[in-house]
Amino acid sequence: MRTRIGAVALAVLGLVAAACGGGSTATPTASTAASGGATTQPAVTKTLNIGFTNSQTGAQQVASTKQTEGIKLWVDQVTKAGGIKLKDGTVLMPKITFYDDGSATDRVQQLYTKLINDDKVDFLLSPYSSGLVKAAAVVSEQNGKVMVTAGGADDATMEQGFQNIYQVYTPASKYLTGAIDLMLKLDPTIKKVAIVNEKDSFSVSVVAAAKPYAESKGLQVVVNQGYDTGTTDFAPFINQIVAAAPDAIIGGGHLVDGSALAKALKEKNVSARFVALLVAPPEPTFADLGDAAQFIVGPSQWEPAVKYSEAGAKALNIPYYGIAVDAFTSAYRAMFNAAPSYHSAGGYAAGLVLQKALEDAGSTDPAKVKAALDKTDIMTFFGHIKFSTDQKTHGKQVAHDMVYVQWLKGSDGKLATQIVWPPEAKTADAQLRK
Amino acid sequence: MSLEALVPSAIDGLMLGFVYGLAAMGLTLIFGVMKVINLSHGPVIALGMFVVYTLFTGPLGVNPYLGIAAALVIGLVFGVVEYLIAVDRVINAPELTTLLATFSVNLMIIGVATSTFTTTPRAVDVSLGSVTAGNITVLGTHAVAVAVAIVVAILLYALLFRTRIGKSIRAVANNRAAAELMGIDSRRMLALSFGIGTSLAMVSGALLSTLFPFNPLSGAGYEVKSFVIVVLGGLGNPTGALLGGIVIGLLEGVTTVFIPVSWVPVLEYVIFIAILLLRPSGLLGSRA
Amino acid sequence: MRRYRIPFLPLVVLVFAIATAMPTLTSNPTLREELFLVFMLVTLASSINIIMGYTGYVSFGHIVFFGLGGYFAFYLMQVQGWHFLAALIAGAIPSALIALVIGIPILRLRGAYFALATVGINEAMRVVFNNWEEFGGAVGMFFNFSVYARYGGASQARDLGYYSMAAVAISTIAASYWIKRSKFGLSLMAIREDQDVAMVVGIDPSRAKVAAYVISAVFPAMAGAAFFFRNGLIEPGHAFELQRSIESLVMVVLGGIGTVAGPIVGAAVYEWLRGFLITNPTLASFQLSLAGLLLLVVVLFVTAGLVGWLRNRFPVLRSYIP
Repeated sequence: MRTRIGAVALAVLGLVAAACGGGSTATPTASTAASGGATTQPAVTKTLNIGFTNSQTGAQQVASTKQTEGIKLWVDQVTKAGGIKLKDGTVLMPKITFYDDGSATDRVQQLYTKLINDDKVDFLLSPYSSGLVKAAAVVSEQNGKVMVTAGGADDATMEQGFQNIYQVYTPASKYLTGAIDLMLKLDPTIKKVAIVNEKDSFSVSVVAAAKPYAESKGLQVVVNQGYDTGTTDFAPFINQIVAAAPDAIIGGGHLVDGSALAKALKEKNVSARFVALLVAPPEPTFADLGDAAQFIVGPSQWEPAVKYSEAGAKALNIPYYGIAVDAFTSAYRAMFNAAPSYHSAGGYAAGLVLQKALEDAGSTDPAKVKAALDKTDIMTFFGHIKFSTDQKTHGKQVAHDMVYVQWLKGSDGKLATQIVWPPEAKTADAQLRK
Repeated sequence: MSLEALVPSAIDGLMLGFVYGLAAMGLTLIFGVMKVINLSHGPVIALGMFVVYTLFTGPLGVNPYLGIAAALVIGLVFGVVEYLIAVDRVINAPELTTLLATFSVNLMIIGVATSTFTTTPRAVDVSLGSVTAGNITVLGTHAVAVAVAIVVAILLYALLFRTRIGKSIRAVANNRAAAELMGIDSRRMLALSFGIGTSLAMVSGALLSTLFPFNPLSGAGYEVKSFVIVVLGGLGNPTGALLGGIVIGLLEGVTTVFIPVSWVPVLEYVIFIAILLLRPSGLLGSRA
Repeated sequence: MRRYRIPFLPLVVLVFAIATAMPTLTSNPTLREELFLVFMLVTLASSINIIMGYTGYVSFGHIVFFGLGGYFAFYLMQVQGWHFLAALIAGAIPSALIALVIGIPILRLRGAYFALATVGINEAMRVVFNNWEEFGGAVGMFFNFSVYARYGGASQARDLGYYSMAAVAISTIAASYWIKRSKFGLSLMAIREDQDVAMVVGIDPSRAKVAAYVISAVFPAMAGAAFFFRNGLIEPGHAFELQRSIESLVMVVLGGIGTVAGPIVGAAVYEWLRGFLITNPTLASFQLSLAGLLLLVVVLFVTAGLVGWLRNRFPVLRSYIP
C-alpha cells in the first residue's frame, strides 16, 4: 500500500519539484579558504572568487590533475605572501572553487553555468584540454565573464571572436613546426613523413599547420590519417605506416592515445628515424613505456630546465614578473612530492597572469581587468606572455614559444627528457631513433 | 593505400575477429534461447576487463591468463544471478520490457564500475614478445587471445552438443513449452544459458584487456559491434556469430588498407542495415 | 474520439506557460537551465511515445533525429547565415524526409529487428557526420560568436533558445494529444495490438506507421536545433548519443507508455532525480546505478509506469488524464 501511495506522491512531487527545483546546493570538491595571514593590514580584505572545472576522472585525468596542482601552488604562494595587493590598499585573497567535469564537454558547460550563476565567481580559469576549454569558453563568453585559459592550445577556439577569453598556452599551430625544424637540422636527408593524429580540435589544428609547413620544406607526406578520440587499436595505422616506409612519423593526440601509439610503434618494430608525438612525451609517466619511449620527441610548453630569467626579460625590454624557474620547480616538488610537468606550469602561469592583471587594473572590475590583460607583455618563469588584441583573434597567445624534449638514456643508463630544441634552450643534442 | 599492408592488416583483423566473435556468441546464445536482447552485454565485457585488471594489479598479482579463467567462472555466476533477479520475472513479457530490464542492469554495472574505477583509462601490461616474418609482425598477446577464444568456443560446442545439459538448453531454445512437457526445468536452463552468454562476454572482455587500454565505458563500442556480428551471422546461431565475428574482423583489416580508417564503421553499419532489410536471417540463417 | 472531462490541453499549456515564466519571475537562472533540459526531455519522451507507445515499435535509435535536426539547423545558421527560428523549422524538414525514406523499409521489420535497425541507423549517421568535413567532421561545428549579435547578444539568444524549447515541448504534447484522440491514433493502437487484425479491418499499416514515424521525427529535430543553438557547438558524439535515446525510453516507461501525460511526468521525475543525485556529494557517483535500480523496479513491478498505474488503479482518472 505504502509503495503505491509513494509512487503517486513521487509523480506529483516530480512535476512540482521540477518546476520549482533549482538552486541546488552542491558541495564543491575542494576550495582553499582565504585564511588571511596574521599580518596587520589596515586595508580592506576581499575574497577573490575563482572558478574552474578539472578532470578528476576520465581520459584527461593525469594532465588535468597536474594543471590543478599548478593552480593550487599559485594560490598557496599568494596566500602566504599576504594576498594580491591593489593600488588602493585592497587585499585580494584568492579562493578557488572547482568541480569534476569527468573529461566530458556537456558536464563542463553545465558546471561553468553553475559556477557563474550559483557560486557567483569573479573570474574563471579553464579545464584542461582544448575540447573542454572550448566548451567552457562558450559559456564564459555568453555570460560576459573573463577567463584565463591554460591547457587549451587549439587555434580555432581563439579565432571565434571571443572578447573575454585569454590564452596562456602557445597555440596548436606552433606545436610541430619547431619539431620539423629540429628534424631537418638533425638529418637533412629525411624526405618522407607520416602524419597520424587524433581527430579532435587540438590535434587537427596542429596538423593543419604542420602539414603545409612540412611540404613547404620539401618533405613528402606519405601517410595522413586521423583516428577517432578514444581509439585504442593502432594496428591499422601501423600497418599503413609500415607499408609507406616513412623516414619520420609525427602526430598523436593526448596522453593515452599517444602512449598507445608509441607502444605499438615499438612492438611492431617500426623503423622511423624520427618520431614526434603530441602531449604524451613531456609527461613524466611516459617513462613507464620503457624502451618504447626512447628517442621519442615531444613539443612542450615548458620544462624545468628552461632558461627564462630577468636577464632575458631585460634583453627584450619587458618586465620580469613572478617566481623564478628554479624556485617554481622546488616549491612544486616540496608541495606535491613530484616533478612538475608543463601542465603544472601552465596552471600556475594562468593564475600569475590574472594576478598581474588585477594589480595593474587596481580593481576586480571585469572591464578594467580586461584592459590590463590586453596590455600584458611580461616575461615569467613560463616564458614570454602577450595576448593578441586583434578583433578576430582577441586573447590568442602571441609571444610564448614551445621547447622540444626527447627521451634519451643518460650516462647512468636511465631514461630522462632533455631539451633538444630550440638551440638557445637545449640541454643536450638530439639523436636519431634507432 | 598499398597492397603491402594488406596481408599484415588482414591477419591483424582476422585475429581480433575471433575475440569479437566470442563476445557475439554470448549475445546470440541468449537471444536464441529466450528471445531477449541482452543490453547489459557491453558493461559485462568491460567487467571482464576489470576482473583481469583487479586480479593483476591487486596484492596477489595474478597472471592475466589465469584472470581470464576467473572471468569465465565469475561471468557464469553473474549471468545466472542477473537472470534470476532482472529477467526471470518478465521473461514472457513483450520485448520492450526485457530490453529495459537488461538495460537497467547495464546502468547499474556502469554506475558501480565508474564509481569504483573511475573513467581513467587502465591497461594490463603483458608482453609475450612477437614473431616477425617479412613485414608481418604477430604479437604474442594477440596469438594467445585467438587461441583462448578458439578453446572457449570448442568448450561451448562440447557443452551444447555433447552433454545432457546442452541438449536441454537446445530443447528450451527450440520450444519452451514442449521442453517443459518433457520434464525439463526450463527456468534452470534459461538461467544457465544467460550465465553462459554472460560468461562468454566476460571472457572476451578479459582477452581484450590484454590487448588494449580500457575503462568502464569501453564495452559500449564492442556491444554495438556484437549487434552487427550477431545479425550478420543470424540471430540465435552461435556458429554464425563466430563466423560473423571473423568476417567483420577480416573486413576491418582489409578495408583499412583502402579507405580511411574512420570510414570503416560506416561500411559495417551499411552492411548491418542491408542484412536486416534484405536477409534478416543472416548469412547462416537464424535459429530464432 | 474520446471525450475528456477536463480541458487537458489548455491546462497543460497553462502549466507550461507558468513554468516557463518562473525563472524570470523568480530571477533564478539555474531554474531556467533545468527547465530547458526538462522541456527537451519532455519533447524527446513524447515523440518516442508516438512511435513506441501508440504504434508499438521500439525506436531505439530515435535520437538520430535530434542529431540530424541539430546539425542541419546549425549548418543553416553558421554556414548559410539563417536566423535561428527559420533554421529551427527548416532543420526539421530534412529530418522528416530522412525519416520517411528509412521508415518505409525498416518499419516492415518486427520487434527486435526493428529496434536493432534503428540502432544501426543512429550509429551509421554518427559515423557519417564524423567523417563529413562539410559538417565539421569529428571536431564538429561551432559558432563564431558574432552570430549571437543578431539576436541582441548572447543572453538574449539564450532566452530565445529557452522559449523556443518550451514552445517545441508544448507542440509535441499537443500533437501527441490530438493523435491519441483521433481516428489516426486509433489505427496506430490497433496496429500495436495486432497488426494482422488491423489489416483485416481495413487499416493500411505501412501508411499509418510511416506517418507516425515521420511525425515522431519532427519534434526531436526541432529540440535538437534549439539545444545546439544554446550550446554554441555540436559534435557527432553528442548529437547522436545512444545513451540519451535510451534515457528517453526510460522516461516514457517510467511515466506511462501510451499515455499523453506519462512522458511529461516521466521526464520531469527523471530529470529531477538525476539533478538531485548529481549534486548530492555522496550519491553522485551512484547516480547511474540508482537510476538503473529505479528503472528495474518500474519495469518489473510497475510496468504501466506512474501514470499508467494511476489510470489502472483509479479507472475514473482515465477521463481526466489522457
